[in-house]
Amino acid sequence: MAARHKSVETRFYEDRDRVLRALRNCDRRTFLKLSAATMGAVMAKGLVPPHTFQLIEVANAAVDKNWGTHGAQGSAPFRFAYISDAHLYERTLNQRFIRAIVKAVDDVNALDPQPDFVLYGGDLAQLGSPGQLETGRQILGNLKAPVKMMVGEHDWFLDLGEKWQELFGPPTYSFDWKGVHVVVLQSVYEKDFWTARKMTPAERMQTVAGLDNAVQSRFEVGDAQREWLKNDLAKVSKSTPLLIFSHSPLYKYYRPWNFWTEDAEQVQAILKQHEKVTVIHGHTHQMLFNQIGNISFYGMLSTAWPWPYAPEGLPKLTVQMNRADPFDQFDGCGDGEFTARTDQLVDTVYNLWDRNPVTVRADYLVSGGKVDRPPAPQFASY
Amino acid sequence: MPAPKPDALAEPKSVDQVGFPEQLYKWSIPPDNPQSAAKVALGKELFFDPRLSVDNTVACANCHDPDKGFTDQLPTAMGVHAKFGHRNAPTVLNSMFNIEQFWDGRAPTLEDQAEQPILNPIEMGMPDEQTVVAKLSKIPEYQKGFQEAFGSAPTYRNLVEALAAYERTQNAFDSPFDRFMAGDANALTAQQKRGWAIFNGQGRCMSCHGWNPTRPLFTDDRFHNIGVSAHSAQFVPHARQALALLAKGGGSQQIDRLAIATDLSELGRFLVTKQPHDIGAFRTMGLRNLYVTEPYFHDGSQATIWDTLDHYNKGGVQNPYLDGGIVPLGLSEEQEDDLAAFLLSLTNQRYMAEAEKEYRNQFRISRTTRPQRDTAAAMGLKGRNGPGFSGPFGDIGPGQSAMIENPASLGGY
Repeated sequence: MAARHKSVETRFYEDRDRVLRALRNCDRRTFLKLSAATMGAVMAKGLVPPHTFQLIEVANAAVDKNWGTHGAQGSAPFRFAYISDAHLYERTLNQRFIRAIVKAVDDVNALDPQPDFVLYGGDLAQLGSPGQLETGRQILGNLKAPVKMMVGEHDWFLDLGEKWQELFGPPTYSFDWKGVHVVVLQSVYEKDFWTARKMTPAERMQTVAGLDNAVQSRFEVGDAQREWLKNDLAKVSKSTPLLIFSHSPLYKYYRPWNFWTEDAEQVQAILKQHEKVTVIHGHTHQMLFNQIGNISFYGMLSTAWPWPYAPEGLPKLTVQMNRADPFDQFDGCGDGEFTARTDQLVDTVYNLWDRNPVTVRADYLVSGGKVDRPPAPQFASY
Repeated sequence: MPAPKPDALAEPKSVDQVGFPEQLYKWSIPPDNPQSAAKVALGKELFFDPRLSVDNTVACANCHDPDKGFTDQLPTAMGVHAKFGHRNAPTVLNSMFNIEQFWDGRAPTLEDQAEQPILNPIEMGMPDEQTVVAKLSKIPEYQKGFQEAFGSAPTYRNLVEALAAYERTQNAFDSPFDRFMAGDANALTAQQKRGWAIFNGQGRCMSCHGWNPTRPLFTDDRFHNIGVSAHSAQFVPHARQALALLAKGGGSQQIDRLAIATDLSELGRFLVTKQPHDIGAFRTMGLRNLYVTEPYFHDGSQATIWDTLDHYNKGGVQNPYLDGGIVPLGLSEEQEDDLAAFLLSLTNQRYMAEAEKEYRNQFRISRTTRPQRDTAAAMGLKGRNGPGFSGPFGDIGPGQSAMIENPASLGGY
């Protein structure tokens, strides 16, 4: 093939050959330079593992790096998977989103070894109806690993969480897992916009479900829950790593779409008193990551559809994913995994269906983007 | 089966064909192996020479017979000692434009592709490159041929370069469709025009089998799991097994052998990339000259075009790695017939008589035998996610009836 049409393999082998040729006669300094360059080349091509079938090796490798210095602190490394934002209709109405969440369940069940638990990131239902929520619960029931549930606004605003809580329990809770303190928040409360407008529950739900419907209020964690959070965190030492799950990003990305939590600063003020904090959120349906002070944020992929990036406010550390193929319902969607490392940082794998998975190492975020930059997308984003 | 002898269809084909992508052709000739008459002549000799195989029985042309559209018209290819591999022999026609070769793209160029079958134990079965070169070097006509083409004695690289140069002369455009696109509004029948509209509309064919004037090949050159082998394959355990095997070696020869001779063949592109989303994914084949290259799909599992249409119409076979573009299409019997007729219009002039015969043959079979037909699934009346997931509404797209006028009725460009 002519130079313009080199295949991926050709380019890969050419790069490799170039390095190997140079290796044959070089001194130590050049060798070190070269090996760094090779690493860079591999990273740039998105060849950084882990992905589904290589996880064991790679997760261990990432852990081993830090084992010597931090292993004594008593926190063991662990891995958990996520599925998020399935937006289910009842199966008689729509099979498309059901097909997608079933695919995610298959994915997670194929992981070997199995993750410690699976986080469901909210928005199980599209319009919060009992039938939708029950459909979701039935499908998630096929997961082999235990499931931790989080609520999203699409689950909540028909009956203000009544059915969801009946099925899954309280929306706010915390637990300790292998030395890490895990908190699940209900971050999608909204101030009452419906009573004055005399809305029915269905109208209220429809309003919130419209991403850019300006009638609704902004998401908030709220005074009461922030108080609960303070009390909950008072029980754990400042050096205990925190893992916070929230449906909306606990920062302010883009207000018109509710990619936003109104009292984000107050929540961050509580969290930042702890040394290592990772916040994992749903809602935004895209590869999204951010670092604010000592808090690292990761957005989860949706199984249902990818949102475009907002016109402003995108965190500068975020490496954008490509525009999705409109003919491929799975493109731009996916599930993923997190590895809580022994040094109390959390790495992420974005398992984009029909694309190569992308690994985002915590080092990239905490270094302010200086190291471990994830591969840039091949094509322009939105 | 004796090796085929070269006939008129084996001659290098002219580049002067309607619809021939001249610019793409220029780009697709590698700078380190330019075409020359001597190379093409040598390549043709080699292509038909069974002495390239271990027992002098199998030439390239056995599985890539010019009279059969450069395929063998068998489900999977037969090599030395009458052994069958796991993959359908793809056509040589227009293969120079493939971005990667083989069903799984494990070779980037025709040269790299040609290296593998000669050494594969169940294809041509030669033990190693040195043996091949030594054997050729003893044959006076090749001593002369290599000297003329390359100015040297035979080498393995020169051998595959000559084969590739010959294969780059086998391009078959110049079809009714190409004449239609060149402005002859009568080149397609009314039925074929309906088929072209469905191809671009409700059938969604063009989302992978795209045509455009610079790349008129009807393929996106990507890899998709369309569920062909889903019913028989155990994807997850096989993927683990493959990774364990490839971790120990992983050279191109090992991938070649796993692909041709083992059950891991069904993993497709995954053997090359080791990416889970490539499990069960195979190259999108171009759609030209289909009625001389039957049967269809990577395992040759479908005997007629109607079977392949039925497969797509019902949304493939469900599996965890099914491509997101494979959904029920809701095509009627008439629409499938229109598509099948349209595909005949992609046949090169020189193969048309043969293709029309096969089209009539398949049409006849399709009236009685439709193993892949599942009308309920195709119409979205049956769920694809197991019992309890069915409903009156599928998620099939809007029907072709939404179209007021068939754009194809306006003619080509």
